[in-house]
Amino acid sequence: MTTVVEPDLLRDLTPRAVAALVRHYGHLEDCEDAVQEALAAAIKQWPVDGVPDNPRGWLITVASRRLIEQWRRDSARERREQRILRFPDLAPTVEVTPDLDDSLPLLLMCCHPELARPAQVSLTLRAVGGLTTAEIARGLLLPEATVAQRISRAKRRLQEIGARFETPSTSDEWAARLSPVLEVLYLIFNEGSTASAGDQITRPDLSGEAIRLTRQLHGQVDHGEVAGLLALMLLTDARRPARTDSAGELVALAEQDRRLWRTDAIADGTRILRAALARHRIGPLQLQAAIAALHSEAASTAATDWPQILALYDHLLALAPSPMAMLSRVVAMAQVRGPQSALIELDAVADVPGLVGHYRIDAVRAHLAELAGEREAARVLYLRAAQNSLSRPEQRHLLRQAQRLG
Amino acid sequence: MKYLLLIYGNEQSRQIWDQMSAENRLTGLEAYDDLTAELASAGELIAAEALADPSTGRRVTVTDDQQVLVADGPYAEVKELVSGFYLIDCETEQRAIEIAAKVPEAAFGLVEVRPVMALDDFLT
Repeated sequence: MTTVVEPDLLRDLTPRAVAALVRHYGHLEDCEDAVQEALAAAIKQWPVDGVPDNPRGWLITVASRRLIEQWRRDSARERREQRILRFPDLAPTVEVTPDLDDSLPLLLMCCHPELARPAQVSLTLRAVGGLTTAEIARGLLLPEATVAQRISRAKRRLQEIGARFETPSTSDEWAARLSPVLEVLYLIFNEGSTASAGDQITRPDLSGEAIRLTRQLHGQVDHGEVAGLLALMLLTDARRPARTDSAGELVALAEQDRRLWRTDAIADGTRILRAALARHRIGPLQLQAAIAALHSEAASTAATDWPQILALYDHLLALAPSPMAMLSRVVAMAQVRGPQSALIELDAVADVPGLVGHYRIDAVRAHLAELAGEREAARVLYLRAAQNSLSRPEQRHLLRQAQRLG
Repeated sequence: MKYLLLIYGNEQSRQIWDQMSAENRLTGLEAYDDLTAELASAGELIAAEALADPSTGRRVTVTDDQQVLVADGPYAEVKELVSGFYLIDCETEQRAIEIAAKVPEAAFGLVEVRPVMALDDFLT
């Protein structure tokens, strides 16, 4: 008889096992390798022997045994003194405290500000997400060697700078350490939504992984922006089934079949956002989630609460000005005050660094021209936007808009 | 973000190469090796290849009746031809340009940085 071992169980346990070992022995690289070996053993043994009563303890014990065997082999070689000095305590016991979940300090370490963003992303997926290097490579559409190199370089870098396993104590420290974590998680989420660019069957679901990791973080940290990010991801992901048509082409928000939106994810995201708004000072991610929630509530573009969305964009720009938020605000403004005043606003925005010459300026201008009844001008602008877009699905979408008007 | 660094060759650059001493050529080749090694260890390298002489290239045309026609070499009127490439994945365009500047041909303005198409966050 064989037991079915849920892949999610192992993935949930991975960061905790790595974290427990790192806390005890230091040295992320070796600990991580040891846990990978223990996972391989678990995948072989558990389906046959059944899942142990304390799977996390089992993994930690096996991994620490592997780790020590490895160090013994190493110390038999030349690095003996160095290793022994660095790791005086080689006793093969690690205290397993079920209450203490170390995956949070591990996540903070993987998103250490000293690491470059691509390194943070790969290391987080590997050490916290428990994905294999091959899976990460497929997810990011990169060669495995490139990802492997990023991970090992990142681990070496952490070792060099003596990154410690710690949780911030003051709220200022929390804010500084959380901000790269949130960016990394958001980046992983967005990488996931590029799935249509690759082979969907073999490509791991990075959006789902980002949601899982963010939910885990949300369970450990009571922070408004963590909740905001989780809500934003859930609300955005809820629209995924409607975002592409049967041919795999992009469908813009206004044309999406809203019956395909996943109501469970919308309810979940809205609930998390409400709870956060009631208790925390509002931040940019919560505002973006609030905008997403308003779209989710509406049965159509016409039924959308645009004045409220416009107000939220005003608030967002006051807190965290960004080129894309400025553009989105112009789109909302057209719905509230009409295309003419939005066009005037767009002219002001078009000079902002980061938007000068950007194809989305043309795309938005095309949209506004169409609203104003200037079909031919809109068509030309859609074509020009398509020419300058770097995304093939988006390019095809813009070309279809132009064709529709031609 | 992925970028393709296209390295071109033209008559002038080929002439310079042909007239180089063996020692100088070796230094030139080492510059590529160093760059490739640097990119690989930074986790930024996807692929890097040098292309064989343009005269060994073939042009392929499929006609209306599905016949495949193969013709020799490059278009005669083309003055600059791709002689090699780096496909990289790096954080910013600025970094891609920094890498391009390390390719020896950059001294002659023969390196081009082209972003690879990707689906970025679509407004939905």
